[in-house]
Amino acid sequence: MCPIRQESNLMTIKKIATTIAISLISSSVWAGCAFENNIELKSLSNSFDAMKAVTESMAECGNVTSVLDVDFKDKQPEAFAANPSLYQIGGVSNGTMVPLLNAGTIRPLDDLVAKYGSQLKPSQLIKVNGEIMAIAMMVNNQHLMYRKDIFKDLGIVEPTTHAEMVAAAKFMQSYNLVDYPIGGTYKAGWNLGEEFINNYLGNGGAFFGEGNAPSINNATGIATLNTMKDLTAYMDPEYLVSDSTYVQQQFQQGKIAMATLWATRAGAMDNAEESEVVGLVTMASAPMGTTRPASTNWWDGIVFATNMTDEQADAAFRVAMEGIDTEMVLANNDDAVWLIDGYVAGSAAAGAIATADNGAAPYPSSSPGMGAMHTALGNGIAAFLTGEKDAATALADIEAAYTISATESGLM
Amino acid sequence: MNQKTFLAFIGPSVLMMVLFIALPLATVLKQSFYVTQPVYQTLEVETCTPTFTGQVCLKEIKTIPTIGDNGKVIKQTSFVGFVNYQNVLELPRVIKAFANNSWRQFMVIDFWKALRFTLSFTLVTLPLVLFFGLIIALCINNVAKSIRGPVIFVSLLPMIITPVIGALSIRWLFIGDGILTSFLEWWLVRDISMFAQAWTIELMMMFYRVWHVAPFAAIVFYAGLQTVNQDTVESAIIDGASRWQKLRYVILPHLMPLIVFVTLIHLMDAYRVFEEVVGFSSQAHVISLQWLTYDFLTSDLMGNRSIGRASASSMLTMIGIVLLLIPVLRGVWTDYKGKRL
Repeated sequence: MCPIRQESNLMTIKKIATTIAISLISSSVWAGCAFENNIELKSLSNSFDAMKAVTESMAECGNVTSVLDVDFKDKQPEAFAANPSLYQIGGVSNGTMVPLLNAGTIRPLDDLVAKYGSQLKPSQLIKVNGEIMAIAMMVNNQHLMYRKDIFKDLGIVEPTTHAEMVAAAKFMQSYNLVDYPIGGTYKAGWNLGEEFINNYLGNGGAFFGEGNAPSINNATGIATLNTMKDLTAYMDPEYLVSDSTYVQQQFQQGKIAMATLWATRAGAMDNAEESEVVGLVTMASAPMGTTRPASTNWWDGIVFATNMTDEQADAAFRVAMEGIDTEMVLANNDDAVWLIDGYVAGSAAAGAIATADNGAAPYPSSSPGMGAMHTALGNGIAAFLTGEKDAATALADIEAAYTISATESGLM
Repeated sequence: MNQKTFLAFIGPSVLMMVLFIALPLATVLKQSFYVTQPVYQTLEVETCTPTFTGQVCLKEIKTIPTIGDNGKVIKQTSFVGFVNYQNVLELPRVIKAFANNSWRQFMVIDFWKALRFTLSFTLVTLPLVLFFGLIIALCINNVAKSIRGPVIFVSLLPMIITPVIGALSIRWLFIGDGILTSFLEWWLVRDISMFAQAWTIELMMMFYRVWHVAPFAAIVFYAGLQTVNQDTVESAIIDGASRWQKLRYVILPHLMPLIVFVTLIHLMDAYRVFEEVVGFSSQAHVISLQWLTYDFLTSDLMGNRSIGRASASSMLTMIGIVLLLIPVLRGVWTDYKGKRL
């Protein structure tokens, strides 16, 4: 009697259901992003978990292609110097920003921040000479990680200085609970140089004198070298080829009991798929040198190219703001030690925060000679650790190598 | 063939060689006498970095590059003569080391450390490559024809592997608690760390290189063995020559041109040893000349590269290869002249 009306009821219900479904789909596409981006944007950054989270969050706005490359720092200077720039957005750290800053290939952000940057905290605004040049999103530093179960069993207190680490290592050795008490990212090159820089700054040392002249061959430098050598006595003898990943794996496999590792590696200790020491590692502050923690603070953030239209810059900035908003942090809380609102510091971040609170110095990337100095250190310290040179000769030779590099590049 | 046909045939090759080998070489030579620097200015700059509680702002006097009207950093290139070579060779330190009669002080200087390793690597692997190449070629030649194909395939396999991958494989086999190191530790009942001292690393590098290059020598010698004059061989057997005498008086002289060829190729290749140093991350213990050039070219955190020194190091490496090849080439030349007579 009423088939037509029933049919029309069914049709109406179907239509309503379909409309709801479509609106749900389309709204979920733009759920992460407050605006629809219509301008083609490209970004180049390092490839670690936090960057992946940010670039995925940026991609939700549409028309954003992200390139994540471990060799980004070699590609960025040339890519950004192109006109128009090959990438509009760049992921950088305080170190890798410097070549871009010096070449003038990144733009000041004061007006963009005023327009779209209300969500940013003051600590995120990286200012050089009064102009905002980058937006920081996370901090990173090297801090102490140790096996709390072993320390508890043997009744050892948490070490706060290198001397205490050495004493704990010596005590631990006789018990054979781990292969090597200490792990160190002492791979010759960048890592070894970084270790020296951390310890030297911890002891209050200064790298340069007048006119970019080197000044590391002094009592502080010698003391730093000796501390490093004392630590290596308790390390895997292959420490000169061990980088952060290798030491992280040693820790995960229970081969070492303490190490100073990057905060970004903290999460890996509790990764049940790889780690045999889940829940057994405490994150503590980096050991104190004579003046401050033997560590350096690094920040990672976003910069924007000079060689692009103001339209692109507008869109790029808005997209980046979406990439580093609170929503992204809530979804990826433990990927990094975020500087953004909404971040809740978990146990994995305790070490990084403690190190920063204890007054760790920022990595001195603003010193123009730091690049050459870091390279010279990375190449020159191994000879001391293997016993080929004594401390004073090693430092003198490093200063000589730095002088050659600095003179060649016009700094001296 | 007449002159014109000859020139027409080799013309394209010569053009390619000039474009891609001779010209770049000339450029590198020129670059080794110049230094390019950004023009720096001294300014007082204030930099702010974030911490958890706020910001830390530092005011300091910095040297920063000057940016020109076109938006690019102003650079100046100046002729510096032999300064780049002096910086690479570090002769004052060499003289001081000799004055102190200290081999160790001499070996700590980068260029000479690299040179020492490169030379010992080249000269130690050469006889081993020739020896094993010959052995493998003779074995392949004496194997039954039915399985010769598979045997050739298997013996060629090491050559197929990309050097970097091969070096990484050896690294993973031996580093830390790698399979082979654990086996050695079990067998010799002692702790072994293959990557903790220079001589074990050098041994592994040489072992890898011989394993990688011997198949090349083997296949070249095997081809040569196919053309050994069978009459001479038969008459040697009839004369009562032993296997060893047959090898020494018939086969080796026949293969001599090929041995010289393999020597030339291997000297040139081994002198440029690089992948092993990178694959083993051995820069703390062992470096090579090619690696030194690469290190000069690697940009530091500020983006600076030592192009002048890299060019000088390149030229010195090339001079080294030429010096090594002179005796071999001279032998070939006297042979050639002898045959012409």
